[in-house]
Amino acid sequence: MASVKMPQLGESITEGTISKWLKQPGDQVKKYEGLVEVITDKVNAEVPAPLAGVLKEIKVKEGTTVTVGTEIAVIEESATATRATTPSAPASQPSKPVVAAKSGEVPARAPAAAESAEGRTRLSPAVRALIEEHRISDAELSGISGSGIGGRISKKDIEDYVAKRAQPAAANGEQRQRGAGTPVPLSPMRRAIASNMVRSKQTIPHAWTVAEVDMSNVVRFRQQARDGFKQKEGIDLTFVPIIVKAVVEGLKAVPILNASWSDDGVVMHKDINIGVAVSVEDGLIVPVIHQADRLSIAGLAKVADDLAKRARAGALTIPDVQGATFTVNNPGTFGTVLSYSIIAPPQAGILAMDAIVKRPVVVDGDAIAVRSMMNLCLSFDHRVLDGVSAARFLQGVRRWLEGFSEQIPVY
Amino acid sequence: MPQKTVIEAIREGMDEEMARDPSVFLIGEDVGQRGGVFLASDGLYKKYGEYRVIDSPLAESCIVGVAIGAAINGMRPIAEIQFADFIAPAMNQIIEEAARFCYRTAGDFNLPMVIRAPWGGGVHGALYHSQSIEATFAHIPGLKVVAPGTPADAKGLLKAAVRDPDPVLFLEHKRTYRLVKGEVPDGDGVVPIGKADVKREGKDLSLIAYGLMLTYCLEVAEKLAADGISAEVLDLRTIKPIDQAAIVATAKKTGKVLVVHEDTRFAGIAAEVMAIIMEHAFDALDAPLMRLTGPDVPAMPFNHVLEEAFMPNVDRILAKAKELAAY
Repeated sequence: MASVKMPQLGESITEGTISKWLKQPGDQVKKYEGLVEVITDKVNAEVPAPLAGVLKEIKVKEGTTVTVGTEIAVIEESATATRATTPSAPASQPSKPVVAAKSGEVPARAPAAAESAEGRTRLSPAVRALIEEHRISDAELSGISGSGIGGRISKKDIEDYVAKRAQPAAANGEQRQRGAGTPVPLSPMRRAIASNMVRSKQTIPHAWTVAEVDMSNVVRFRQQARDGFKQKEGIDLTFVPIIVKAVVEGLKAVPILNASWSDDGVVMHKDINIGVAVSVEDGLIVPVIHQADRLSIAGLAKVADDLAKRARAGALTIPDVQGATFTVNNPGTFGTVLSYSIIAPPQAGILAMDAIVKRPVVVDGDAIAVRSMMNLCLSFDHRVLDGVSAARFLQGVRRWLEGFSEQIPVY
Repeated sequence: MPQKTVIEAIREGMDEEMARDPSVFLIGEDVGQRGGVFLASDGLYKKYGEYRVIDSPLAESCIVGVAIGAAINGMRPIAEIQFADFIAPAMNQIIEEAARFCYRTAGDFNLPMVIRAPWGGGVHGALYHSQSIEATFAHIPGLKVVAPGTPADAKGLLKAAVRDPDPVLFLEHKRTYRLVKGEVPDGDGVVPIGKADVKREGKDLSLIAYGLMLTYCLEVAEKLAADGISAEVLDLRTIKPIDQAAIVATAKKTGKVLVVHEDTRFAGIAAEVMAIIMEHAFDALDAPLMRLTGPDVPAMPFNHVLEEAFMPNVDRILAKAKELAAY
C-alpha cells in the first residue's frame, strides 16, 4: 500500500482543492497516469499516479480543500484490478499478507486491520447522535482518530473535532452579526493570496520608494513601432516588456535586489526571473518570465503576452508560476499614480508601474515642457538591502527608460 | 457558616423541629437518658423531657407500631432504630401498615412519621451493625427513603422528613457521623425530598452515589482531575422518590456513568439508576453503564481484610472510573 499525498504545486502553496478524481477505487492505474485534478490558487494540475497499482481508496472527496502533504488516496502496488468483486475474494483465500503482496496477488485483509476497523465502526449512541447533529461525513469520520479502547471514537473525540471544525465558522458568524453582511465563500486563490499577503507583511519589513520617470522617449518609440510590431508579431507592443527590460538592466546593476532573505544569509539568484502580475476574474496571478535577462524586448513581449493569455484562460502550468526573483506590477493601466505593492515572498522587491500621464515639467535650460511622466514605486525588503541600493536600482531603471532611443534593439 | 459533623447536624435538626412543633417527639432504644447509642439525641431528654424523648423497650415492632399509632392521631413521631440491621422485626409495621396506610384509607389518613436508622459498614460492626437496607425498602411503594451524605443535607432532609405527610425512612450512614464535616446553613435550611444534588460539576463521566460513597466519589473525582479527567458527582440524597431528571441530565451531559453503592449488587439501587438511564438517555450514552457495589454475600464480614474487600473504596472506585473514562 502506498499513500498518495497532496503535492506542493508551487512555492508558497500550502493547500489544494480536489477538483476531480480521474480514477475510482478498484481502477488500475499506471505509473504517471493522471490520477486526480487539483486546483490551487495558481494552477489547475493533474496529479499523476506515483506508482502502478490499483487505486484502493479515495480519502478526500471532490471539492474538498486539504493542506499539502495530506493523504488523499491509497494505491495498492502492482495488484490486479478488482473493481466490484472485492468482498468474496479474501474469504476463499488463506490469509498470508506479507507473501501475497510480494507475489503480486491480492492480499487478504490483515487481521489486525480488520479488528481495528471494526473497533472504529462500533459507535456509541452518543457518538452516532453527534455525527448526525453535526453532519459529519464518513470521510471526515475516517479522519478522526479514536482515543478510546481499541481506537474507539469517543464522544469527546467527536466534540473536539467539531470544536476544531467550527473555529473559522464561528469567526464568520461573529462578523456577520456585526456587519450584517453575507460572507462570500473563499476561493482557494483568495485564501492563498490572503495568507501570502499576511505572511509577507508580517515577516518582511517593507520599505517604499518612488522615482519619477520621463517616459516621453518610450512613448514616442512605442507609437512609431506599434503597428509594425503588431503586423509582424501578431501581438500588441505594450509598455510591459520595455519596463521589464529596464528592470532587468536595473537588477543587473544592483544584483542585491535580485535576492532572497534567509536566516543563513541573503541568497543571490543567478537567474533573473520576472514575475508579471496579471489580474484575472477572481484575483491575481503572477506568471513568471524565466531568464528575462536573456530575452530581447520582442522576446519579452511574446512571453508576457503568452503568459497573460494563458493566465486568463486558466491554462498556466506549474513551472509558469514558479521561481520569480522579482515582480513587476502594472496598476498604471487603471490610472493609479502611486502604488504601494506588497512583496511576494521570498522575493526582495516588487516594482509598480503607475500611469503614464502628460505633465508640464521643467527641462534643461529652465524651460517648461510637456512630458509623459510615470512613477515607478518600489517596495523592497529592508532586511536584504537599504535605501541607497534601492535608489540606485530605480535610478538605473529611470536612466535606461529616459535614454531610450531607436538604437536600442527590439530584437 | 459553621462546620459541623453529620451527627451534630442531625441532633440540631431534631432539636429545632421539636422546638418548632410540639407534636414532634422521639422514640427509640436508649434515645432518652443515654442520648442514643451514637449520641444523636444527646441532651434532648433533658431539654424536652420523658414525654417527648421516649426510651422504648428493645422491640422495633413496638417502636414503629407506637409511631404509627401516634401519627394517625396527629403526632409527628421520629422513631429511631438503633441500627438499621435491627429493622427486620418492624418490617410488618413498616410495610404492611405505614407504607400502605394512606392508600388503604383512600387518602383519608396520612402517616407523618420518620424512621431514623443508622446504616452501612466500614466501622468494623460486622453482620448486625453494617447492613445496607435501602434497596429492600425502596422497593416498597408508599415509603420514602432518604440517605444524605453531608451534614447540611442530613439536617435539611431530616427537617423535610419531619414535615412530610408520609412515612420517611431516614438512613444515616454511621461512618459519616463523625467522619464527614461540612458547612451547615443557619436557620431552617430545609432540603426537599426527591431532589438529587450535583456535588461536583464535570464533563467526562458521572459518578452517582449516596451516603458514605458520596464522600469516596468526591475524593475519586479529585484524583481523576489530576489525571485530566473531569468527573461529575451526583449525590442522589433521596433514594425514593428518585430524582429521575437529575440522573438523566448527568447521563446526557457526560454519556458515561458509574453508579456506586455499598449495598449488595443484585436488584440494588444501581440497577434502578441504570434502568432509568437506559430508558431515558440511551441516545446520549458513550459507554456501557457501569456499577461498583458490594458483593452478593449475606453480610458484612467482621474480619478486617474481608470487610475491606466487601466495601467499595477510593482505590476501587478510581480504577473503575478510569476504566470508564478510557472506554
